[in-house]
Amino acid sequence: MTRQLLEGSEAIARAMVNAGCRFFAGYPMTPFTEVLEHMGKLLPDAGGVCINAESELEAVGMTWGAAATGTRAATGSVGQGLALMQESLSELCQARLPVVVLNMARGQGDYYQSTRGGGHGDYRHIVLAPSDVNEAANLVQLAFHLADTWRNPALVLGDYYLAHVFESVDTDRVDFGPVPDKDWKLTGATGGTGHARIVSTVANDRLDVPDRLNYGQLLAKMDDRIERMRTGIEPMMESFRTDDAEVVLVAYGTPARYLRQVVRNLREDGVRIGLVRPITLWPFPSDQMAAVLERAGTALVYELNAGQMVDDVRLAVAGRADVHFIGRSSFDEAGFGIAPDLDVELLTIRVRSALDAVAKEVVS
Amino acid sequence: MTQLLPVIPSSEPPTRPGKVVDDFAPRLILPGEHALCPGCGEPIAIRSVVEMIDELELAARSVGVFGIGCYTAFSPKLDVEVLQALHGRAPSLATGVKRAKPDCLVFTVQGDGDMVNEGLQEVIHTAARGENVTCILLNNGVFGETGGHMTATTVLGQRTKNTLEGRDAKRHGYPILMSELLAPLDGVAFIARCAVNNAVNITRTRRWIKQALSMQMAGAGFTFIEVLTMCPTGWFIETGEAPDYLADKIAAVHAVGVVKDISAADKTASDKTAPDKTGSDTTR
Repeated sequence: MTRQLLEGSEAIARAMVNAGCRFFAGYPMTPFTEVLEHMGKLLPDAGGVCINAESELEAVGMTWGAAATGTRAATGSVGQGLALMQESLSELCQARLPVVVLNMARGQGDYYQSTRGGGHGDYRHIVLAPSDVNEAANLVQLAFHLADTWRNPALVLGDYYLAHVFESVDTDRVDFGPVPDKDWKLTGATGGTGHARIVSTVANDRLDVPDRLNYGQLLAKMDDRIERMRTGIEPMMESFRTDDAEVVLVAYGTPARYLRQVVRNLREDGVRIGLVRPITLWPFPSDQMAAVLERAGTALVYELNAGQMVDDVRLAVAGRADVHFIGRSSFDEAGFGIAPDLDVELLTIRVRSALDAVAKEVVS
Repeated sequence: MTQLLPVIPSSEPPTRPGKVVDDFAPRLILPGEHALCPGCGEPIAIRSVVEMIDELELAARSVGVFGIGCYTAFSPKLDVEVLQALHGRAPSLATGVKRAKPDCLVFTVQGDGDMVNEGLQEVIHTAARGENVTCILLNNGVFGETGGHMTATTVLGQRTKNTLEGRDAKRHGYPILMSELLAPLDGVAFIARCAVNNAVNITRTRRWIKQALSMQMAGAGFTFIEVLTMCPTGWFIETGEAPDYLADKIAAVHAVGVVKDISAADKTASDKTAPDKTGSDTTR
């Protein structure tokens, strides 16, 4: 293990290259820009290609083409750029191509976009949400592993903090075990054999499939694929001091780091409080989370938005715990950088008043 | 004109094996029927592409990226590797394939609705980058798959489902001439506009496709082939009259000929393939 002090963007870029990523295409946009810069520096020396695409539409298209050749390929942007990519991001599920997509988001308003998506048809993306640079370096590599395993796009949802904070980080290659052979990849080599490969979203393989143009059949297969991913991908969640907790905070990504300290502060005052942090946002760690929240009885959900993940928390507990939302949108003047709300003192006060309000509800 | 098939006597056992249509199909087109209309120009164009790939002995290193249109239904019939793109997006996918597999021959097959309407920016930037791919535009001036609606290449006066009285510049704007639009870009090595309305033009189509593919493999830069094709169902023209309509009306605007060829730049003028700007006579 080698630890280096690196900016998050560089750590993410190095980890991707170490994971075998050899193609990257993107369009600059804060706070994603530095990832693109670092990929542009790193990939040529690693024998790869990085393209500064003319728009996000082309960036995801180029990534699609590279991924179809079996190359580990990634793209990314912020939520705004991913909004442009939605048609391709949804169709890539139907094309069954493994690509990794970074969203270095502005705040946390893209939870729905990441977990529900704004593309067409029925599809799911695997979504991973790191909360610090080391975890990001690990999860971008896991994203390639999961994408290859499930032949499906995998998203890594970061933010301005993850992109710009310097941390001591290990970006070495992580071995997540074997992935299936890419026996579908296009290399040109199967042409003229009578069984040339086709990677298509609208047609079944070739003429040896009886219903080669039955698009309806092809679409219906998506159900099975989604269900296999839903049950086959191990959901990940961090529990912090929840064993004896009567109240549990729920947060993902950067805010969870601040709330961990809030938990420490309140614990010093004798408050039995803990924190759960979903790491996989899809599949959502519903069972694990429900077990913790049900035991505690009360959940306080914090997000840097008007309340999106709170829906998944409510679906997970299905009424078996009280779920309160205590988050809010919080931006600097630019609308994408530091969130003034992420202040441990302020958040401690916020959680305390929420606890008081819950207690009053219980008394009355 | 209908050609009668020879009658094979069935009063006694055959003395030689019968021939089926597939016996005449080129090697890189798989047996069986295709789903495109009789009289459509697209199968001729696609056949020309795969035959040239075979002639160049590139069958085992080619990837075709298909757009969305009628021709999409033809792609599973090819014994060439195929990547299916979203509507308009084929040039970006082709870029990704080519950058990841620089030794492959990479081409797109797109209609005018796909390339010129939906994805114009894709092909322009791919051309400007000098991307070593060949983009093939099958231009019939209509959205054939939806039933014959106006595209960005529909010529003035052409009747379509949403220009029933003919395309009128005042109401519908002017057609985009794709080959001429791309020609000034520095990244472009070769552009030819061909047609598949008669045997002469099919021969030229094959020759120019072969040249474009060869130039790609030599690393010359972006190569572009525009093929004017007939649409028997989308045009307000009898199928049998479509080839002449193509020559008289479509090619009068979208003129057939080599529009750009950097390999010819250092040759003398007499060696050049003369651009045929006048259109209809030789086209017909």
